Amino acid sequence: MWWIGGAIIVVYALFPIAWIISISLKAPSDIANGQFLPSDVSWVNYETILTGDASELFLPALRNSFGICLIATAISCLLAMFAAYAIARLDFPGKKVILSTALAVAIFPVISIVTPLFNVWRQIGLYDTWPGLILPYLSLTLPISIWTMSAFFREIPWEMEQAAQVDGATTWQAFRKVIVPLAAPGVFTTAIIAFFIAWNDFVYGIVLTSTEAARPVPAALGLFSGASQFEDPTGAIAAAALIVTIPVVVLVLLFQRRIVAGLTNGAVKG
Amino acid sequence: MASIEMKNIVKQYGDGFPAVNDVSLDIADGEFMILVGPSGCGKSTLLRMIVGLEDITSGDMIIGGKRVNDLAPRDRNLSMVFQNYALYPHMTVFENIAFPLRLAKTPDDEVRRKVNAASDVLELKEHLERKPANLSGGQRQRVAMGRAIVRDAEAFLFDEPLSNLDAKLRGQMRTEISRLQRRLGITTVYVTHDQTEAMTLGDRVCVLRKGKIQQVASPRELYEQPVNLFVAGFIGSPPMNFLPATAKGNTLETPFGTIELDADRAAKVAGRDLLLVGIRPEYFEDASLVDEAKRPLGSTFRARVDVTEWLGDSQYAYIPYDAPDSIKAQLRELSKELDSEELRTQAIVSIDATSRIREGREAEFWLDSRKVHVFDPESGENLTRDPEAGAELTRMAAQDREEQLQDSQARAGGARADGERAGGAQVGGATAASA
Repeated sequence: MWWIGGAIIVVYALFPIAWIISISLKAPSDIANGQFLPSDVSWVNYETILTGDASELFLPALRNSFGICLIATAISCLLAMFAAYAIARLDFPGKKVILSTALAVAIFPVISIVTPLFNVWRQIGLYDTWPGLILPYLSLTLPISIWTMSAFFREIPWEMEQAAQVDGATTWQAFRKVIVPLAAPGVFTTAIIAFFIAWNDFVYGIVLTSTEAARPVPAALGLFSGASQFEDPTGAIAAAALIVTIPVVVLVLLFQRRIVAGLTNGAVKG
Repeated sequence: MASIEMKNIVKQYGDGFPAVNDVSLDIADGEFMILVGPSGCGKSTLLRMIVGLEDITSGDMIIGGKRVNDLAPRDRNLSMVFQNYALYPHMTVFENIAFPLRLAKTPDDEVRRKVNAASDVLELKEHLERKPANLSGGQRQRVAMGRAIVRDAEAFLFDEPLSNLDAKLRGQMRTEISRLQRRLGITTVYVTHDQTEAMTLGDRVCVLRKGKIQQVASPRELYEQPVNLFVAGFIGSPPMNFLPATAKGNTLETPFGTIELDADRAAKVAGRDLLLVGIRPEYFEDASLVDEAKRPLGSTFRARVDVTEWLGDSQYAYIPYDAPDSIKAQLRELSKELDSEELRTQAIVSIDATSRIREGREAEFWLDSRKVHVFDPESGENLTRDPEAGAELTRMAAQDREEQLQDSQARAGGARADGERAGGAQVGGATAASA
């Protein structure tokens, strides 16, 4: 019986996506055709956003989104790796404080900081720049990265490192050659989560940017306009939404084996 | 290759608890030293202090004539096999074994030669490209050993390396470790709580209790001339029986009748009321099976047998006895310390497998009174220990060992000359030559 429940959940979760696909393939005149499938498959929406009118808005936004999110993810993973290692391995005063501060930052509503941030950014020249978005994205991604990664680091047996040290490794070598490869699944998982969070952000993107210099895709989607003021850009938005979903899906498919595989398996007795 | 000297080593944790308390121990070059004791006695801590994974609170740790207290593990050039092996799961067996060499920036062809030699010794040849996750427990254990022997370390350290293997494999690996150590002739410190390993592997055994050394001696001396109740109870399986006794002249009154002591030992125990007699299970025998000639050397007594265990090659009988409350409390305390839970005061006696003694019946037993030891119940001290005889046993063991070492190294050297092309036994040969 469990598969019936499973099927219901899958349909419930995937139906909107199917709908978006269907809309993205409908010509503007066909959108209100009253049926689920397009009466005629049309690529006009994709043409609009990739080569047509909306491409000036969409393509730079795509570039911004990729650049900003990748940089934010990389920085956040690197910092979180060191922080999580220290939290999992070392005993130092303030360990609890770091963890709870991270949690507090993570639950702080974005909308309540974004207005002051807007003012500050304008004053110091970060408004509408890549670093101007990377910094707030770090505040979104770092806490969760630290939490997930420290959980992964705790799983790695201490002996691994001690064995490496006895074998002649410095602390840094032991970390780099033994701990980091073992933590790789954790790092990948964290990286993907961090990337999603940054990729999905809308509020920072719309408030802290004004031109194509830094505007990310979610903000750009909100600025799409139809061919005339009587026409909704629904089809173009659906097509763009699909395109920005692709990297996320590809990422998950690419790394799911690494995420799932418990790499530490076989390290210790068994 | 180096000797290891410990001078008044103390390890105190943050809360002031001394896990290792004033330990002084000399381990000679090439010696196989066992650290043994019940859990929590500080044996692993001591080993980790030797290797440098644990800070030394006070005292001197001297390896090969150099004080290493403040050296990091990587600068001590020791190799260690961990209890859970600590293999690197993301590397192949080859890279696992090669890891110490890679860290030392050894040229590639030398790495290959040394790893191949080590894997030959440990019969890991066909597994070199596999990952540790795909190996059996025994194979993983061998990989861990390979990583230890691949470089020319000053000493090997083993931290309960066999405790994760099943009984059969443990026996095989035990002989393997013994053979390897003889062949390489490298100073070895081996931590275990398994007394079979302690007795069979060690040149000398160091018994620890609550962070303090109780006795350091050859296995034979430990068995026959223990210094105190703790060592006597810890070494031997089934354990030594302790019976309450009162001294009367040259005799001891015990629940199992009167035991006569020779004049020498009688003098040592004179002037004390309550004593504990330590008798190993094999000093007993079914009286009906004892030679007439042997009979006068011991005493006989009758007792009711509670349970018998027939094991094919031997047979054990359990005989309950009564003891004064103070002795009972003392024995319970001791058994708790030895990680066992003795619920009732009973003697375990070993009788011939053919004996017809049955459970629930009364039977006549004979006990060999020549080898019994008498302990002071208060201090636990062995009153009848003969240090001379004990030292002689250890001297003999040392001599045997010397000969064995020469033999096996001569053989390893020969093998090297034969197998130059095959590359076999080079690890052993090289070390023998440098010795």
